[in-house]
Amino acid sequence: MNIVVCIKRVPATDSRIKIGADGTSIDPAQIEWIISPYDEFAVEAALQMKEAAGGGEVTILTLGPAESTKELRTCLAMGADKAVLLKDADASSRDATATAALLAEAIGDLNADLVLCGKQAIDRDQGQVGTLLAAKLGLPCVTEIRKLEITDGKANVERAGEDGTSETYNVALPAVLTCTKGLNEPRYASLKGIMMAKKKPIDERDVSAADGALQLASLELPPPRRDGRIVGEGVEAVPELVRLLREEAKVL
Amino acid sequence: MGSFKGLDFLHIDDLLSEEEIMVRTMTRDFVSDAVMPVIEDAYENAYFPRDLIGQVGELGMLGANLPEKYGCAGLGPVAYGLICQELERGDSGLRSFVSVQGSLAMWPIFAYGTEEQKMKWLPGMAKGELIGCFGLTEPDHGSDPGGMITRAKKDGNEWVLNGAKMWITNGTIADVAVVWAQTDDKIQGFLVEKGMKGFTAPEQKRKFSLRASVTSELVFDDVRVPEANRLPGVAGLKGPLGCLTQARYGIAWGGIGAAMACFDEALQYTKGREQFGKPLAGFQLMQQNFAEMLTEITKAQLVAWRLGKLKEDGKIRPQHVSFAKRNNIKMALDVARTCRDMLGANGITAEYQAMRHMCNLESVYTYEGTHNIHTLILGQDVTGIAAFG
Repeated sequence: MNIVVCIKRVPATDSRIKIGADGTSIDPAQIEWIISPYDEFAVEAALQMKEAAGGGEVTILTLGPAESTKELRTCLAMGADKAVLLKDADASSRDATATAALLAEAIGDLNADLVLCGKQAIDRDQGQVGTLLAAKLGLPCVTEIRKLEITDGKANVERAGEDGTSETYNVALPAVLTCTKGLNEPRYASLKGIMMAKKKPIDERDVSAADGALQLASLELPPPRRDGRIVGEGVEAVPELVRLLREEAKVL
Repeated sequence: MGSFKGLDFLHIDDLLSEEEIMVRTMTRDFVSDAVMPVIEDAYENAYFPRDLIGQVGELGMLGANLPEKYGCAGLGPVAYGLICQELERGDSGLRSFVSVQGSLAMWPIFAYGTEEQKMKWLPGMAKGELIGCFGLTEPDHGSDPGGMITRAKKDGNEWVLNGAKMWITNGTIADVAVVWAQTDDKIQGFLVEKGMKGFTAPEQKRKFSLRASVTSELVFDDVRVPEANRLPGVAGLKGPLGCLTQARYGIAWGGIGAAMACFDEALQYTKGREQFGKPLAGFQLMQQNFAEMLTEITKAQLVAWRLGKLKEDGKIRPQHVSFAKRNNIKMALDVARTCRDMLGANGITAEYQAMRHMCNLESVYTYEGTHNIHTLILGQDVTGIAAFG
């Protein structure tokens, strides 16, 4: 089985974000970059399926700047077989539609039986690329899966439904599945894996996309958190605290 | 406390390969996820967290610089050093376990052993299924190992060992001990296996340092060791000293990890805690400490990196390793003591790391060649005159 996993290079969750000079991007200086955590679940799922099947090929695909080889190499060290980098210096300004179109084009050549993505990238949190990719490829899609098994050429997947219910689907392959927390515990790249990764191929392709329909107009940091307020002391303060929580903070 | 941030003031990362950075990132993540949640309890209650053995084995950290042929990862010296650094960011006890297994037990089997011995022990030791230890120091012979009284006498096709070793990391849990003993004419190495009659390894308790690490005595009472368990590739004190050079290399890197852990903690603590209406980090005395520590850690990083390159190029001398071990561990101990102080009363509690690292580093300062012995090694190198004894 050929599995393609789409990943994205994103700022580490504890990075201190600064807005870049153009006002619509983040300043990349001092940022530590990581694989978006939901994408790691997708990579791990692909590796587990390959191991369970005793064969197949796992290809990692990303659209990103040239530096994304670092994240791809990490996936190769975890055990993926090869990687494709769609090199796009302006990747961060692409909208989800343009991103999905470029990924779909690349997946067209890869003969995928299954495409896995994270449910969303933790930089923009839009959660659009997986579903748009399925639409572009004309494939069925299940989002936010937390269980996955392949039997008789079908994917059996579970996702959280409304009100705590669990939905289980049987999906004909090929399909696009987006992964969420709970699916697995991503492995570390072992030292042997790291040593082997340098011999595995990364196919770097230059791509360019037409301007998307969406243009990011501005990007602003959240306002600084306001100082706490002491409403009183002891039991006497409780009614006032409850009133403020209900009427001002509107959390009760 | 936020997640750990390493220190790279002079962009030393630019000197590292992509692969070396990947090794460091993986080890750092592993330490954050798997070591930090368990280490404080292990330290306080004085046990080695044995669940970690299988994990470090699976990740390839045991004998990581030995060849793939023996089930190892075949890493270069800098990548190996970075592993030691990151493990010691967690705890010196865990780094000690890995150093002893890899550099003091696996390495002599690899460097001085027969092919049969290598195939018998190394793959299992790489996985962490078999544990090794190293017996050189004796109750009455520490800095002068040449004075050892442990004896091996040939008897037919066997050797009969009598004597005792002390301060042996991993001793009680070891499946194989690399033991150095005086024979009629020279010091030789023997692989003494767990369960051999007359061999016991009681644990040394009541330590105030390296509490999350097993330290033991090895006692040999007419232990009969087959000739096939003798390490044929070396004779004389240069055998054990060769192993120590390997281990001290990793220790020189390890100290940087412990120092960075303390630095990071003190930075977060002093930025978060307010006294006299402003964060502690805003006071000049604190900033002086940070400036000094930043400088010393960065210098130690450059020393370690250069040492790695010398090892890579085959130009390394034991004196270079003494230089780095001496400098970097003194630096780490000073940083840990300073950070302990900067955390005030909180610095003495188990809730923070500084005092654990500080107590650990007192051992690291003393073991694998005391600070003073390394001073004399460098003194001899400069003057050409030995000042030992």
